[in-house]
Formats: sequence, C-alpha cells, structure tokens
Amino acid sequence: MILSVKDLAFKYPGRSVLQDIAFDVAPGECWAVLGINGAGKSTLLKCLNRILKPQKGVVYIRENEVLKLSNLELAQKMGYVSQHQERNRITVFDAILLGRRPHIKWDASKHDRQVVRQVMEMLDLEDYAMRYLDELSGGELQKVVIARALAQQPDVLLLDEPTSSLDLKNQMEVVRLIKKVVTHNHIAAVVTMHDLNLALRFADRFVMLKNGTIFATGGREIITAENIESVYSLPVEIKTFDTIPLVIPR
Amino acid sequence: MVSNEYSRYIGRKRGVIFILVLLLIITALWALNTGSIALNPVQVLKTLITGGNQVENVAIWNIRLPRILAGLVAGAGLSVAGCVMQNNLRNPLASPSTLGISNAAAFGANVAIILLGAGTIANTGAGQVIINNPYMVTILAFLFAMLAALLIVCLAKFGGFTPEAIVLAGVALGSLFTAGTTIIQYFAEDVKVAAVVFWTFGDLGRAAWNEVFIMLVLVTMALGYFFLKSWDYNAISSGEETARGLGVNVDRVRMAGMLVASLITAVAVSFLGIIAFIGLIGPQIMRRIIGDDHRFLIPSSALLGSLILLAADTVAKTVIAPVVLPVGAVTSFLGAPLFLYLLVRGYNRK
Repeated sequence: MILSVKDLAFKYPGRSVLQDIAFDVAPGECWAVLGINGAGKSTLLKCLNRILKPQKGVVYIRENEVLKLSNLELAQKMGYVSQHQERNRITVFDAILLGRRPHIKWDASKHDRQVVRQVMEMLDLEDYAMRYLDELSGGELQKVVIARALAQQPDVLLLDEPTSSLDLKNQMEVVRLIKKVVTHNHIAAVVTMHDLNLALRFADRFVMLKNGTIFATGGREIITAENIESVYSLPVEIKTFDTIPLVIPR
Repeated sequence: MVSNEYSRYIGRKRGVIFILVLLLIITALWALNTGSIALNPVQVLKTLITGGNQVENVAIWNIRLPRILAGLVAGAGLSVAGCVMQNNLRNPLASPSTLGISNAAAFGANVAIILLGAGTIANTGAGQVIINNPYMVTILAFLFAMLAALLIVCLAKFGGFTPEAIVLAGVALGSLFTAGTTIIQYFAEDVKVAAVVFWTFGDLGRAAWNEVFIMLVLVTMALGYFFLKSWDYNAISSGEETARGLGVNVDRVRMAGMLVASLITAVAVSFLGIIAFIGLIGPQIMRRIIGDDHRFLIPSSALLGSLILLAADTVAKTVIAPVVLPVGAVTSFLGAPLFLYLLVRGYNRK
C-alpha cells in the first residue's frame, strides 16, 4: 500500500469532526472523497498530511508513519493542493519551482529546474512559463498549483476540490491530467469532490463521508441510489451511459 | 526555450538590483560632497585617502561618513523589516510604524526626556535641543519598542491571533502608546515638550561610529537571515496551507521573522528617532517593479530603503541650507508621490 489510514480521529475543541477513518490506497489509484458540505472532507485531507494533527490514529505513507517524518521529509512524499489559491506576483515557472522547496538546500539546482520543465511539458504549461500568477485564469491557475504539487515528486497527491471553480472543459482537463500523472508515475491521488458524475468518470475508489465517519468505501459498486440518498439526503436515479453510471437527481 | 526565457527574466531582476546599487553609490557620493562646510570633491577625496586638515577630517570622518552609513543601514533595515512584516502578516499595510513599534519608541523617549529629565531645549532655533542623557533616551526608546514588538508576538503566539488580527492589535497598541505620550506631554513644561518633539523628528546625525557599528552588525545579520528564508517567504505568500504542504513550519518562520524585524526597527528608531513610511513604501515600490519573489524582493527592498533615506537626508541638508529639515518629513515628501505614481500605474508588466 502507498497510503494507509488507520483509526483516524480529529476534533476541534468540543466538536468532533472525524472518527474511525480507515482506508488503504494502492499505487496507481485515484480516490474520490465524497460527502456534503461540512462532512469533513477537507479536514480529512489536512489530517493526512499533518496540516491538522489528528488526536487519534496513524497514517502511513509507504510504511513511514507520517507523524514521525520531518516537515521536509513529509513534503517530499506528499503533495497538497489547497482549496483556495493565492494569486501573487510570481511567474508560473517560479511558482512551480517552489514545489522543489522540500528538496532545495540553498538554491535551486539544475536538476530542480529540469524537474520543473518536465512537469510543465507534461501539463502543457510551457507557453505560460513567464506569465505572472495574477494574470492567469482560474483553470490555468489550477493547473499551475497541481504542477507545483507534482514538482514535489510526491508518492501521494492530496487535492482539495481541484475542480470546484472550473468550467466543464477545464474540469475534464484537470481530472484527466491527474489520472494521467497517477498512472504514469505510479503514485496515488486522494481528491475531494462535489460533482458525483465527474468523480464516477475519474476515480477508481471512493470514500463516502457522513457526519465525520465513513459511510461506505469501495469501488463503483458503492455509488448506489440508496447510498447517495442517505449521504446527500437527496433522492437520485442512476442510469448507465456508455458503461459509466450517471447520477441524476430526481 | 523556457530556460533561455527564464535566464533573461532572472537577468532583468539582477539588472534592477544593479541599477539600485549604482544609484546608491551616486547618492552616497553626492551626500559625501554636501554639508555645512564647503569642501570640493578633490578635498573630499584627499581627506578620504590621505587625510586632510583637522576641519576636513572632522567633517568627513566624524560627521558625513557616519551619517551616510547610518542612512544606508537604517534605510535598509527599516525597509526590509517592512517587507518581512508584510509577508509574514500577509498584509500590505504592515510596517514598523503601523504595528505600533515606532509609537512605542516615541513613548519611551517621552518618558526619558519629560519624566526622567533627560533633555530640554535651550533655544527655539533648530539644533538647540539639549539631550542631557542620550543613552537614557535611546535605552528607554529601545525597551518600549521591544516591549511593543514582544506584546504583538506574544498575542500572535499565545492568543492564536490571525495575521489580520495582529495588524489590528498593532494599530491598537500604537494608539495606546500615542495616548500615553499625549498625557505625558500635556503635563510637561514646554521646553521639554519641544525637546521630545525634536527627538521624534528623526535625525541621521545622531548616530556616531559606535551606533552605526551596532546597527551595521544587526542589520547585516538580519538581511542574511531574511535572504536565507526567502523560499519560505515565497511559500507563505502562496498561502498558509500551501506553505505547510511544502514543509514550511509557518508559525516558527513567522514568529522568528517578526522578532528579527522588530529588533532592527527598535534599534534604528531608538538611535535615530522616528523615520516612518520607509518600511511601508520601500517594499511596496519594489513589489511593483520586481514582483513578489523574495529572492529579489528582499535585497532590492533593502537597497531602495537605503536609497530613499540617504537621498531624503541629503535633500534635507541642502534644500534650504544651512537649515536641516527633519529627514522623516522629507522621506514622505520624496516617497509618497513616487508611491502614488506607482499605485496609479499598476504593476510592471515585464
């Protein structure tokens, strides 16, 4: 397993957010974390890479206990893309180069710049290299922050709603890109998502969160009308179109 | 192709820094050739290299050189302190003066001069202020500046303040110290009020070699530290969670940055008096020219801070000589229009 989560629990003072969270991620897999607003999806991602310290439970990344790794060691193994992005006045190239920060001792080396160029090539970002972040569109910026996480050369990518502010074309582009990188580099991605249909097209495995605990986990077979109705409190129908299940609210 | 473009881009940033260094050298030479004693450039050069007569030696070695160095060092220190505070608190308005540190130093000077009788004014003409005990004024100004800085840092650390709340707390502290100053001055004799008001004007001539040396050591160390942390500052400016995801210990970096920035501010203000605005505009002007990349922003902010302060001091000495205008006021006269122009023009697109 590339990522193992065992018995994870997190609470803010007086309010429990997550409990009894456990799942195992294999290399090459894309996982979608599903649930309503406030179910604890973002909190779960932040607990996985220690931005929030879980009160209970263990997370292993390739047999290393996450809590015992140094900040830099952890950042070399896990890339995290937060839900909110800042647009500052740094070029796309430098923004992606920042992803090398966990590997940089004094200053960026030739190898670091090489990695950045490879990532830019893979994501088709070469034409943007010298543009400033505050001049990019939402879709372009999202690609750049994913590129930054990839430049970390992590084993696991954690992406918090990477598609929520994107149009249809960019949504598809971003999920295809994540899928391509995960397969190509044989790493894993854990992604929180709101769009069930997008998740169904993209993810291999799913975690459905309800009230801070796992309601169901597994492959496509868990995306049933009953489960969705129970998690989202919304009656739905599931039709199959071109072998891909489609969730249609009733 | 990307490599070439990037090399050219880095070259342009280095070019800006080179131009700043050049301007700074020219300004320093100009400053070296201005003063109340008329010396021509040949005399100045001769005094520097082989020594001149007694008057020339005193004018160059004891008055002009320490004054120029004080301007270079304090300008760089205040500007880079503002740059780091703006980054660490993620607020463009953060600077030594907006966080209450300067007000606290002024309060300390008031306590020393008015309550403890460290100074008075003999005559109403400029330059007639007599600070009987400059060490007491400096030490109290420093202590109160550090007290304000530590209060801000402690509120941030133990009160779990957000960066926005820290800036607000700084404004509140600043107003508290200003109120204290007003109360002290209200009950003071007019000669003492005049002395303390004169102190707050800020004056580079106050620093002799000892003070310049202390500032030089501290500011150089701080600059080195900030420069080493420029990757971390870039990460923080990309968002706090992103920075944590990149392995940056955000709380520790922020706390250390605020402490070092406050320390150099406290030293500069207590030796020279209040020189506001440089900490705000120095980094803000450079952001608009060079961008947010701290690998270039930190050295260029320091250089621009030096340049503004030194130029302001030289203008202050020459514009209605022999009267020397308060350098703090000239700083704003020179800096504010430039800053407003850059705000209107927006960012440099290259």
